[in-house]
Amino acid sequence: MTETIFERSRPGRRAYSLPACDVPELPLDELVPEALRRAVPARLPEASELDLVRHFTELSTRNYGVDSGMYPLGSCTMKYNPKINDRVAALEGFRGLHPYQPEELVQGALELMVTLERWLSEIAGLDATTLQPAAGAHGELTGLLLMRAYHAAQGRSPRRIIIPDTAHGTNPASVVMAGYEPLAVGSDARGEMSIDELRSVLSDDVAGLMLTNPNTLGLFDEHIVEIAALVHDVAGLLYYDGANSNAVMGISRPGDMGFDIVHFNTHKTFSTPHGGGGPGAGPIAVRDILVPFLPTPVIERQADGGLRFTSDRPQSIGKMRTFYGNFGVLVRAYTYIRALGGEGLRQVSEIAVLNANYVFAGVSDLFDVPYDRRCMHEFVVSASPLKEHGVRALDLAKRLLDYDVHPPTTYFPLIVPEALMIEPTETESKESLDRLIAALRAVVADAARDPELLLSAPHDMVVGRLDEVGAARHPVLRQTFPDDLPTPEGDA
Amino acid sequence: MTDFVPHSDDDLRAMLDAVGVSSTAELFSEIPDGVRLGRPLDLPAGLSESELFADLERLAAQNTPATSLISFLGAGAYDHYVPAVVDAVIGRSEFATSYTPYQPERSQGMLQAIFEFQTAICELTALPVANASMYDAGTALAEAVMLACAHTGRTGVVVSDGVHPEYRQVLCTETAGCGSPPTPVACGAVTDLESLRAVLQEMGAGPAAVVLQQPNFFGGLEDMQAASALAHDAGALLIAVVDPLSLGLLAPPGEYGADVAVGEAQSLGGHLDFGGPYLGFMAVAEPLLRRLPGRLVGETVDAQGRRGFVLTLQTREQHIRREKATSNICSNHALNALAALVYLSWLGKQGLPELAVLCARKAAYLRARLTQLPGVTAFTDGPVFREFAVRLPRPAAAVAAALVEQGFLAGLDAGRFYDGLDDVLVVAVTERRTRAEMDAFVDALAGALAGDTSVGQPPQAAHDD
Repeated sequence: MTETIFERSRPGRRAYSLPACDVPELPLDELVPEALRRAVPARLPEASELDLVRHFTELSTRNYGVDSGMYPLGSCTMKYNPKINDRVAALEGFRGLHPYQPEELVQGALELMVTLERWLSEIAGLDATTLQPAAGAHGELTGLLLMRAYHAAQGRSPRRIIIPDTAHGTNPASVVMAGYEPLAVGSDARGEMSIDELRSVLSDDVAGLMLTNPNTLGLFDEHIVEIAALVHDVAGLLYYDGANSNAVMGISRPGDMGFDIVHFNTHKTFSTPHGGGGPGAGPIAVRDILVPFLPTPVIERQADGGLRFTSDRPQSIGKMRTFYGNFGVLVRAYTYIRALGGEGLRQVSEIAVLNANYVFAGVSDLFDVPYDRRCMHEFVVSASPLKEHGVRALDLAKRLLDYDVHPPTTYFPLIVPEALMIEPTETESKESLDRLIAALRAVVADAARDPELLLSAPHDMVVGRLDEVGAARHPVLRQTFPDDLPTPEGDA
Repeated sequence: MTDFVPHSDDDLRAMLDAVGVSSTAELFSEIPDGVRLGRPLDLPAGLSESELFADLERLAAQNTPATSLISFLGAGAYDHYVPAVVDAVIGRSEFATSYTPYQPERSQGMLQAIFEFQTAICELTALPVANASMYDAGTALAEAVMLACAHTGRTGVVVSDGVHPEYRQVLCTETAGCGSPPTPVACGAVTDLESLRAVLQEMGAGPAAVVLQQPNFFGGLEDMQAASALAHDAGALLIAVVDPLSLGLLAPPGEYGADVAVGEAQSLGGHLDFGGPYLGFMAVAEPLLRRLPGRLVGETVDAQGRRGFVLTLQTREQHIRREKATSNICSNHALNALAALVYLSWLGKQGLPELAVLCARKAAYLRARLTQLPGVTAFTDGPVFREFAVRLPRPAAAVAAALVEQGFLAGLDAGRFYDGLDDVLVVAVTERRTRAEMDAFVDALAGALAGDTSVGQPPQAAHDD
């Protein structure tokens, strides 16, 4: 068991040092009246700097990143995060910029932003990009609000957004936040959006469609041009969930497929670190018809060549976030694209797809293969055959930990029972892929030989399988302290 | 060019053979010809790492960071000193390169850190539940209002003009699809509570929430207790937008009855980063727990009774509930939350109040000095924490522009966001500003107001590496 930093606290210890007060030390009552002041200090930890460093270093050893080993989480594109990205983002000329500095003092930052916008537009095959969204889901909300503004400008107010049953959960959640109703469409026998079903739900009430291509099954939807035409015929717009962009960079662009709005997850496709959950960035590229509605401010080049922010966009949806974007993340994405160039990005996609197909070929005999087709950058198989041994995808995932392999995404997409979604990414070597294949084969062999090994896994982690049901039934969401007053809710 | 693809030619051959194709191009045969690009992407050619670094250094050198000037700019982004230990911890790649901790047994480090962060936010706000982070204050406020609408079954929201203008803009944009536009309440140095009372009375059906910021955009301290009573009398929730660092000195939201606290925690160990990534946070009263957006970490045990941490109450979230989720948020700002936790642990129980008081004393000193200048008066004339506003006898934008040439970022021209406040300058003072710098600033401002820009000592660079 590891103590929390609060439990390591000892009264009177300190790590901090502050400058001496060099101005008159006004009494507290003269600064802020008592009624507005805090009566009791927050019970923050009291620890020496070394206490802190040891605590957080220990926690880091109980964690796992791409630098620790392979991370084949389908849909998450856990590729290597080049170290140069971090070095560049830490340059004081970027990191030390205040968002309200005069624009004359931030011309390099604005240049970086407009250049990245142009590059992302080119990669998407569209006309303009906004860097504001903080994450993929935030890009989705931005895109849907653009659709709403676009339709409103035509005097229309369609209410529905079509989403395939293979979609990421963020898609329907974003649709509802944007005030739309999601309309689910099923998949056909090849794992693609059912054209017949799509035709049956299309109407004037459809504002647009959200799609991932390749989709979450790792399959390229060959009917995309037809789908786009059908949606455009009812004046709907097409939104591309760019979570799977790593498969097609420089090979096939969403704009050329007919999409009108595209988000990128820089923390997937463009190698910015995921940070244990974030921060990422979710810039979106759009077709020219949507440019007037983009969030403000936008960066404009002046006659003298200088760059300035402007919010003079009367049709803009407004601001999607405070300030301009996750700049520190965008610097890393810029650096990555600049390092690789167009040819390098195309090679990324080629190798990402090769690596996925290599692992697929190495394990497809172990599982049910719901769609027997060429996969793109990831593939989905079903662990249903293991049920005869009384084990499930979850157990397989936990057992993989014993082989020091991070498990793939499980139980997604929802239309494949016992789904395992595997995305190796292009930065994994052949040996690393071979280790993944070997681990999957070993775990399946374990299941036949001794299912209990899976059911009780993991065995070699710092903790065994954790009681998630209990955690949800009796939520303990914060540290309690010895001096907490007992109350019926357990909280003061 | 740089190349992060590891395969040798032999590897490639062996892998293509294993897959049963002769080239990588064959792997893309299912993509219809009509949607293939058929030309190289129009991007500059790749670079070696040394060329790359030079290119980015060139761009960085075209900027003059606030940290190299004597800066009094705040308005939601503050240049508090970031201790080395913060960057050292968040730079550990076991944290930085990890994904959202979906596999708890292999992610105990991040899960425990988030649990500790949740605890720290609960302690600061005196509210019982805090989530794992939001993107920033603006988006956290939008989510808080959506939560309030869902909880109360009402649609309207009343928002003080003293809430950061950008947070209000984000709120308007993000709730455009599902609510009525916010109803404003006037704010001078502080929010006009009589107007708030009148607005609440005029709204037949009460609003879902009342939103005030403490300290407000001008640095003024609101009577949150009174606002809380007004909100609750109208059956609305009180949403408090707070700076967590101020909670070393100011009463916490839980004490004055706020139902939701949100805010910007960039001030806790975050760099300026030209506005992002920052750290939104949200804490709520117990009855709102199951409407909370975003990740939550809970404590639990394994089969042997060993303590561990997991993502919990996930039935609120998009990957489980899809269109019925409380929010669409998936990626959050976990690494910024870790930075805030390390920073709060570094300051500790004694350091946070000490720092807060130090900022307040410095702000009080500078306000007193500035308001001794002819024609300069306090716009924020009551108590303040780290930031205040002054009225100048000339347009604030012009004065600030003149001072840039002397190495000062004077503060924010309030006219940028508020009609009629072109002569108001919003000034922030962190612990990094010395008395000598403030005195030089006062002299320079006096010179600028007198039309003599040569007055004022050329400042020393505060931090220039």
